[in-house]
Amino acid sequence: MSYLFYLLAALTVAGALAALMLKNTVHCALVLTVAFAGLAMLFLNLDAQFAGIAQLLVYVGAVAILVVIAILLTKGSETSKDEVFSRSWLVGLVIAAAVFAVLSWAVIGSIRVLPHEMAVPDVTVVQIGDALVDRYVLPLEIVAVLLTAAMIGAVIVARHEKEEKR
Amino acid sequence: MTPLAGYLLIAALIFSIGLAGALTRRNAILVLIGIELMLNAANLNLIAFWRYGPHPELLTGMIFAIFSIAVAAAEAAVGLGLVIHIHRHAHTTDLDQMNRMKG
Repeated sequence: MSYLFYLLAALTVAGALAALMLKNTVHCALVLTVAFAGLAMLFLNLDAQFAGIAQLLVYVGAVAILVVIAILLTKGSETSKDEVFSRSWLVGLVIAAAVFAVLSWAVIGSIRVLPHEMAVPDVTVVQIGDALVDRYVLPLEIVAVLLTAAMIGAVIVARHEKEEKR
Repeated sequence: MTPLAGYLLIAALIFSIGLAGALTRRNAILVLIGIELMLNAANLNLIAFWRYGPHPELLTGMIFAIFSIAVAAAEAAVGLGLVIHIHRHAHTTDLDQMNRMKG
């Protein structure tokens, strides 16, 4: 385990924690980009360059901007006067802690059989492209249809009310 | 500790943080952010298993993670569109106040 891993993990966890604990929603969206960037760097640390860059482009580039725009459009930028956590926050926290306990118990319990350091896989973008249009061509087409449907659906859902008001 | 166990533990931690956020925050957008973090933790698991699995040259985990990123992006777009629509309708994004199915 290298120091780089611990550094990136601490950065990602701190970003994720801050994103869900800060009061101001715009600040939440901004520290969320830190968590997404940290995850992208963890991907790069795992020698998955293509997935890391895709994560950087999609999450830091697109999803973060989308979240900020949604926050500004819904007047969520003003810090709310009342509590930011729901009434049943204790139950949610207990459920999340229980899920983490079970997951980490399973991981630590299987530490003996987990593989040790492996040789760095030699994967180029050409190989990924070949796999995408050869073995995984059907999922690729389905994702293309899904993205088109989601784009049209998001536009229709978001502008429906406006036309009714006119 | 093997490297794979470290990545799995970090992914479990990020998943739990996302779950806690999705269950405890009142703002609908922050609930969506929590769900995005959970999806990202799953992607980290997929990439870690691809890297330390027996056949990384088959690219299974990597391709799965890439498709997962695409599906998560579609989910974020539709989810945020729905939140904006609900805000126009109910003038709030507070989930504790959205307690009616009838507009």
